[in-house]
Amino acid sequence: MDYFQIFSIIGSVVLLALIINFIRLGILKERYSVLWIACSVAILILSVKKGILDYLAVSLGVAYPPSLLFLVAFMFVLLISLHFSVVISIFHEKNKILSQEVTLLKEALREAGINVGGKGKDGK
Amino acid sequence: MKDPKILIIIPAFNEQASIQGVLSAVKKHLPVADIVVVNDGSADSTALIAEKEGVVVLNHPYNMGIGATMQTGYKYASRKGYEIAVQVDADGQHPADQIEKLIEPVVKGRADLVVGSRFLGAGEYKPSLARSAGISIFSNVVSAIIRERVTDTTSGFRAAGRRCIDFFAGHYPDDYPEVEALVLLHKKGFSIMEVPVRMSEREGGRSSITPIRSVYYMVKVLLAIFVDLLKKV
Repeated sequence: MDYFQIFSIIGSVVLLALIINFIRLGILKERYSVLWIACSVAILILSVKKGILDYLAVSLGVAYPPSLLFLVAFMFVLLISLHFSVVISIFHEKNKILSQEVTLLKEALREAGINVGGKGKDGK
Repeated sequence: MKDPKILIIIPAFNEQASIQGVLSAVKKHLPVADIVVVNDGSADSTALIAEKEGVVVLNHPYNMGIGATMQTGYKYASRKGYEIAVQVDADGQHPADQIEKLIEPVVKGRADLVVGSRFLGAGEYKPSLARSAGISIFSNVVSAIIRERVTDTTSGFRAAGRRCIDFFAGHYPDDYPEVEALVLLHKKGFSIMEVPVRMSEREGGRSSITPIRSVYYMVKVLLAIFVDLLKKV
């Protein structure tokens, strides 16, 4: 077993432990952890079962098998970032709708003679 | 349709220099219309001035951009049951005496959205060379897509009928709303019409589009249009 293999096994185990602990503590929602878990498990499997990595490397024409590990990890990072962009876009839309509702609600309250303060009339 | 309920929507972001003039001009020329100012998180006294003028002011809790600001106005119009909504800029470039020209085709049911164009003969607007190149590119691309001649795609001087108001309340583009809205309306099968209007130089503030950024702006808008074509509405 070479150093690279030991290093990547330790790395992926630590990553997996971190993810599970974050979920356990409730600071990482399950729905945002799926890709992370898949990523760490994939790297762990490829690190432990060196044969799979070597086989894949040969069939893909990669001369140095460990570099395939980087490729797999990089693909996951790309996927995770894309996932974040989608999530942020959804939040952006929801946040816009929410703010518009607050705006319209405040006007409805003002019309009913209730001043809730904040920006605008009689507020800062 | 006799005496339709008309709402003038005025989106405003830091327009204290010009808002007063715009409001009094609209009141003078269209006393039957209601006015709503959508204040998009201005840091100046825009909202205060508008409130003193006695119009409804909708205050966004923070700056949300022109798309969201127009949409808030359309949501208000839709919920209050207005039959016609007119977008008028707060910087004074849309003369109140031209509003009736926009409303007329909507009242007569000839179009769902009427766009006021600077390039159809009324007034004598002469854009710079770079600008007119950009304007003609937008115009050609949008006209080809919606199969109808539109000369002033970025004009924010518009009147919308009931169906259009309800649609905008639910779907309004975020980033480059004037151009994108035309494409979305076409996809939904709404009718769009242009009428010649005169526009004036802005009274205060400055255009959000500076010459240096205009090329970048153009590329982004064209991209947004093509993305809109792929979008599910």
